[in-house]
Amino acid sequence: MAAPKKGRGPSGGQGRPGRSLVLILIAMVALTGGMFLSGHTTPRLGIDLAGGTSITLKAKNQPGKPNAINATNMGTAVGIIERRVNGLGVSEAEVQTQGSDNIIVNIPKGTNSEQAREQVGTTAQLYFRPVLTVAASGPEQPTPSGSATPSGSATPSAGESAKPEDKGEEATGEEATPSPSSTTQGRAVTGALKKAPTPTPTGSGEPKPSGTPEASPSADPATAKLQEEFAKLDCTDPEQRTAAGKDALPTDSIVACGSNVPGSYEKYVLGPAEVSGGDVDDAEGAIDQQTGEWIVSMEFTSAGAKKFQTITSRLSQQQPPMNQFAIVLDGEVVSAPSVRTALSKNAQISGSFDQESAADLGNILSYGALPLTFEESSVTTVTAALGGEQLKAGLIAGAIGLALVVIYLVAYYRGLAFIALLSLLVSGILTYTIMALLGPAIGFALNLPAVCGAIVAIGITADSFIVYFERVRDEIREGRTLRPAIERAWPRARRTILVSDFVSFLAAAVLFLVTVGKVQGFAFTLGLTTLLDVVVVFLFTKPLMTLMGRTKFFSSGGSWSGLDPKRLGAQPPLRRSRRAGVSTDPKEA
Amino acid sequence: MSRLGNLGARLYRGEVGYDFIRNRKIWYGVSILITITAIIGVAVGGLRMGIEFKGGAVFTTDSRAQISTSEATDVATEASGHLAIVQELGNGGLRIQITEVDTAKANEIKETLSEELGIPAEEINADLVGPSWGEQIANKAWTGLGIFMVLVVIYLAIAFEWRMAVAALIALIHDITITVGVYALVGFEVTPGTVIGLLTILGYSLYDTVVVFDSLKEGQKDITKQTRYTYSEIANRSINSTLVRSINTTVVALLPVAGLLFIGGGVLGAGMLNDISLSLFVGLAAGAYSSIFIATPLVADLKEREPQMKALKKRILAKRAAAAARGESPEDDGPVYRQADEDDEDGETAGAVVGQRQQPRGHGRTPGKRR
Repeated sequence: MAAPKKGRGPSGGQGRPGRSLVLILIAMVALTGGMFLSGHTTPRLGIDLAGGTSITLKAKNQPGKPNAINATNMGTAVGIIERRVNGLGVSEAEVQTQGSDNIIVNIPKGTNSEQAREQVGTTAQLYFRPVLTVAASGPEQPTPSGSATPSGSATPSAGESAKPEDKGEEATGEEATPSPSSTTQGRAVTGALKKAPTPTPTGSGEPKPSGTPEASPSADPATAKLQEEFAKLDCTDPEQRTAAGKDALPTDSIVACGSNVPGSYEKYVLGPAEVSGGDVDDAEGAIDQQTGEWIVSMEFTSAGAKKFQTITSRLSQQQPPMNQFAIVLDGEVVSAPSVRTALSKNAQISGSFDQESAADLGNILSYGALPLTFEESSVTTVTAALGGEQLKAGLIAGAIGLALVVIYLVAYYRGLAFIALLSLLVSGILTYTIMALLGPAIGFALNLPAVCGAIVAIGITADSFIVYFERVRDEIREGRTLRPAIERAWPRARRTILVSDFVSFLAAAVLFLVTVGKVQGFAFTLGLTTLLDVVVVFLFTKPLMTLMGRTKFFSSGGSWSGLDPKRLGAQPPLRRSRRAGVSTDPKEA
Repeated sequence: MSRLGNLGARLYRGEVGYDFIRNRKIWYGVSILITITAIIGVAVGGLRMGIEFKGGAVFTTDSRAQISTSEATDVATEASGHLAIVQELGNGGLRIQITEVDTAKANEIKETLSEELGIPAEEINADLVGPSWGEQIANKAWTGLGIFMVLVVIYLAIAFEWRMAVAALIALIHDITITVGVYALVGFEVTPGTVIGLLTILGYSLYDTVVVFDSLKEGQKDITKQTRYTYSEIANRSINSTLVRSINTTVVALLPVAGLLFIGGGVLGAGMLNDISLSLFVGLAAGAYSSIFIATPLVADLKEREPQMKALKKRILAKRAAAAARGESPEDDGPVYRQADEDDEDGETAGAVVGQRQQPRGHGRTPGKRR
């Protein structure tokens, strides 16, 4: 708490005003240099100024789960939503929690906001599905059989044979023919997959996507459709990737994408879901005591254990790849481990995990089907044009406000206004550079309320100078000469400034901590500028006053200095002088 | 300006001044009247809550909309099944506001609007708000308000004294009530921007009050060791001596807000800039008024109840009576300003604004001439 007496002794730059000025100059140079070095010369703009879509999600309380909304769950939800949004190929989408139960998703302009909304709004769905077919899909694979068609296309095709997408159907005809026969089983698929859970497709095999497994009766039209989808699916295309497996009922067979190594993708045909995320009691990354490798250990609920036992005992009898089950989160295969023996309550997934990927998978398994559902509290779509217009309006408003303040200060304080203007300038430079640097540092984005906060802060900052100037003038009215007046006025002005700035900062801090959304941006700027105000007044305005007090212009009290003792009606030594002051007061325009 | 500078000097020395304390009851009355009007306004008329609080959608287009506002109203009302409010913006664009629309349904409406207005859907700005969002904002704002008030009262009680804390709190509530009342009476729409503005008033109103209190705190130092001025008189001097600063602060604070209001209202037509600046403008004006006319007189009222201050006042009045009986002016010189109603039976503020230039370092000088 800023007790009123807080602060350094009366020195405050009294003796060495130069030192404080040099200090603040260094700070300004350092901040400006940092700004240019980091390459962020403008503050990051919020959605309402830059254009884009901002979605606010509020976690809903669900009956029976009173403590579901907590920091861990919210963090997991953010992670999952981030994955989904970035799956759209959005760059710089930003997902963050706000307050205790809100998640803000900011998607910059140029993204399909409707699709983004769909992605974000749905609850995460986690299922365990048996793998029916698997194939590599993506550009990273080694060139397969000589049939690969060289192509300038940047998007290699679906299917093994790395054909450009537009030739996908041909490829299907030639070699990746899906056989809709219900009896065919996908045994021909890559041998490398035996080493699942990290299927590293070698690309040597030819995908012969298989039909229905024994478990499900053949439903020809559906299966054929699935095969066709599978053949067409190109997992390297983010849109196709997210679209695959979306909106499928748990009881349907689906096609889905997955990735074990960043940059390479596999596509799967998956059977109906047999275990759901709710059946997993707990899961975490751990180190296998025997091998020393990272594994994911999971524990099922008693109901889940039964189901899991059923699926694993069946799968363990199968040949690869049908001995794999896929862990599918929101239609995306997160992992597809193969099953060696029947398992029940406790299971371990081993493979080439490192600490991070093991922990990730553990999180997904534990929270994949989030204990939280979200509702859209607000969706704001701002076109770039409107954003630019609002930014312009904010800047013009700021310029007008600043100009009015400057005119007023000059008219009232004359020469003193010079000091006030320099201080405002310093304050402005500090605010701007800090805002620019806070963008990359803490994700601060300048939005319209923040601009308002900065404009309002002009008044608060200018007021500190007014408090001090009025004190100095009071001292001069007492009959003091300028230099003692400046020093005597300072301790009292300092106290007033600290007390009032503290109150202002308190308001900003409370607002920032308690509120959400736009209010928070406003509070942040207000708090920042209030802090900077104190810095500027202490390290710049006061020392500058001391220095200026030594100049002839100010100490002689010329009528333009703003410190003219006569005009101020300085008192004594002689009573008469006051009256004289009044009468000799030159009229000026 | 020179006259103002001189006024500053004379205010500072107490040669001129308005007797805020003596006339406090008038101003209390004015404030109570305004406050009651505000409360009645809120109770009867209610606040016009924006989309953000009721849930619904706001679509904003740019100037290309080839359709009149009334046509747009029909289109939007038909598409949504709810009454749409369409405004034309300063830039020629349209602002279409539809209440109680589900965020999910808003997409269809947007498509329809896009067709009818001839503007691609992705170039229509949309603001969709679920019904619980505004409630959440409002709840958090109230929570913030509550926490802030408690903290500020604690802080002021420590930094100053509890009487000042109470007075500041009353002034704060007064400002907020008036601002809310203006919104109810004029029928401005309440949006999150309004809430932001309202919450900013908190800091500002107190900021102003605190500066006056700071001066008062200096003035009341060693008050019991002198017999020239009662507490009320000293309080009055404090207000007057900081009056120039208060005016300057208010002007300097209002100028940028006026800039915002002009641009927000004039150029953009409606929106956040306008909402924030409007509530700020009302609130700042109320805040400047209350810190002078309400907060400090309240402190004086509370202070005068203290036994010490009562005793002091008694001594001073006795002294003055004695002086009057001797046929002298209580002060040996110096004109008595603004004492037209000298016969005021109250008498407690007599001499409140007496000049005392002959003793620059006399007792009871206001802003801490002694250190």
